[in-house]
Amino acid sequence: MKWDEFFVTGEPMIYGADISIVLVSLAIIIGLTYFKKWGYLWREWLTTVDHKRIGVMYIISALLMLFRGGVDALLMRTQLATPDSKFLDAQHYNEIFTTHGVVMILFMAMPFIIGMMNVVVPLQIGARDVAFPRLNAVSFWLFFSGAMLFNLSFVIGGSPDAGWSAYFPLASNEFSPTVGMNYYSLALQISGIGTLLTGVNFIVTILKMRAPGMKLMRMPMFTWSVLITNVIILFAFPVLTVALALMMFDRLFGTQFFTMANGGMDMLWANLFWVWGHPEVYIVVLPAFGIFSDVISTFSKRNLYGYKSMVVSMVAISFLSFLVWAHHFYTMGTGAMVNSFFSITTMAIAVPTGVKIFNWLFTLRKGKISFTSPMLYAMAFIPIFTFGGVTGVMLAMASADYQYHNTMFLVAHFHYVLIPGTVFGVVAGMHYWFPKMFGFRLNERLAKWAFWLIVVGFNTAFMPLFFLGLDGMTRRTYTYSAATGYGPLNMVATIGAFVCAIGFVVLCYNFYYSFRHSPRDENGDPWDARTLEWSTPSPVPAYNFAKMPIVNSQDAFWYSKKQKVPLYEDGPYEEIHMPSNSGQPVILGIIMFFLGFFLVFSWFIPAIIAGIGVVIMLAVRSFERDHGYHISAKEIAATEQKLRGDTV
Amino acid sequence: MARLFPIRHVMGYIFSLVLSLVALGVIYWDLTFTGAMVILIISALIQASLQLVLFMHIGETSSKKTLYINIAYAVFVGLVTIFGTLFTMVWGMS
Repeated sequence: MKWDEFFVTGEPMIYGADISIVLVSLAIIIGLTYFKKWGYLWREWLTTVDHKRIGVMYIISALLMLFRGGVDALLMRTQLATPDSKFLDAQHYNEIFTTHGVVMILFMAMPFIIGMMNVVVPLQIGARDVAFPRLNAVSFWLFFSGAMLFNLSFVIGGSPDAGWSAYFPLASNEFSPTVGMNYYSLALQISGIGTLLTGVNFIVTILKMRAPGMKLMRMPMFTWSVLITNVIILFAFPVLTVALALMMFDRLFGTQFFTMANGGMDMLWANLFWVWGHPEVYIVVLPAFGIFSDVISTFSKRNLYGYKSMVVSMVAISFLSFLVWAHHFYTMGTGAMVNSFFSITTMAIAVPTGVKIFNWLFTLRKGKISFTSPMLYAMAFIPIFTFGGVTGVMLAMASADYQYHNTMFLVAHFHYVLIPGTVFGVVAGMHYWFPKMFGFRLNERLAKWAFWLIVVGFNTAFMPLFFLGLDGMTRRTYTYSAATGYGPLNMVATIGAFVCAIGFVVLCYNFYYSFRHSPRDENGDPWDARTLEWSTPSPVPAYNFAKMPIVNSQDAFWYSKKQKVPLYEDGPYEEIHMPSNSGQPVILGIIMFFLGFFLVFSWFIPAIIAGIGVVIMLAVRSFERDHGYHISAKEIAATEQKLRGDTV
Repeated sequence: MARLFPIRHVMGYIFSLVLSLVALGVIYWDLTFTGAMVILIISALIQASLQLVLFMHIGETSSKKTLYINIAYAVFVGLVTIFGTLFTMVWGMS
């Protein structure tokens, strides 16, 4: 392999990116050395097994990836703003829409959701950590090395260019001869293993570690949504693991699973991808539903309407989500029987979703509503998501879909579902739980500015795409001629995209502004909220709860506040058993990164060495004896005194 | 020392290697399609049970209800994936 095949060359923008990557890395290294923060970073963050810190690291990575994917989006919109634009060439455009999709779904939405789960779920169920804290750190570092491996493709070797769905035969060696699709299969594989481990971890945490008295039907709705999401993860991700492994065999070792000759079946990839891919949609949207349920109930000052029907509808969605995948390829040319079956199941899934929409509306009814920033996102979510859902039912009709398939109408539909669903959800959750994570609220005025810019920008960007799609503009085209008449609406969409981007910049500026100016939270419950996480001080001490809360009803914290009954037993503090930090997960992540990197380039000798490294890390862990450590009762009393003052 | 040696795990590991080799053998032995499929399905079923019993400690739980719900859901998703794929990719083709 020559050097000019190894490094991506030939584009001024790429050279600019190379230089900025080197400069930023140098700045980080010099900064850490100058301020003597290496030890702090290693002790407090890289080796941590604390679910709250791991959650924060997930959220920071997700925000970084949001900007990476967002820049991709702006480049695409700039290219499409005018007819016959020469801003990007076809190859570059292909790479950008592929990485935009992969980064936004797998390296932005997923870690943002998982970060929220990590921070909130153990607190909501009154647990001291997740069931397997060390495994949780492994999950994070596997996700992170997968994400970094994927992003590296941009400057070394070339990005994948076959779409985020990587359909064969386009993704085969024959039609994608560069290493781009190798990056796709390996980076997704590594981070996918991390996600699968998260699934196991959180199912066990929620089933086994709830506070005394918290029956399943007393759990907060976010915890319920996370439980169901993780069940879907546990059953859907193995399909992706297998599909990606087969893809890797095809590309690296010459097997013929998805080829068009020798008994291979190219559309089998599409089939397996969507067997995972459709449940994946619900994996990223159900936790957002949970966040909205908690936010709406808190800021309406009412308990959630139809709690049971919320749970039942989520369970129904989790079943139906496995029965709809073929609606992604109605036009494959299968029989009417298959298309009708998947058409009906797809429409059926709108029913439980509709139940949830009405439950939120009835929760608002006669509530004392306060329009805080998380509530604004929830309020915008309901109508915008309904748009997305209704256009989804339009797409679900197999015969009509032949008109919409792979047009901008589809692009508009899934952005109308994923942005208000997932993005608004996690952003609302971030504003809502921010004081719990950092001990101060985000500035409301800036948050509302960001909200309006994002909502107006989003609608301006994607509403025109519905009409462009109906007019026949296909997705993934890098340019169009002026004669098509697509120019004006595309220009509107591009302006919207930039307004939305400004919104996200304001949102992030708000972190800095609030860090400098926001008053610090005193009592741990700034929103007058309902669930257990607000009963402990903010920022939360390492052990979460000094004493175990006792739960007698739903929203136990709310009733303990209203009826003035204590949430905790009287009596002295007892010492708390905690898991100790470990450097092994981050080292394992680094080794996995190199294993993936060597495999991408088919450098098998180094890959085998890295593989042996992975086995050694597993063996080291098996023979390790680590009993954690204890926080003494005296120390807990001192911490609680400091955090809560003299009242307790 | 004998009590500490994880004999079940080592045996399970060897069995799963043997089963994988048997499945691989289908390519090299001259078999009819039915014969090959029978060998593959049987070795796959034994392999799956081996993993569940020896490595995932199924049956070592006190709550049978959770276990059955879990197995039922897994079977549901497995069957849907297999037969759904056959339905979509083979039987439903017109």
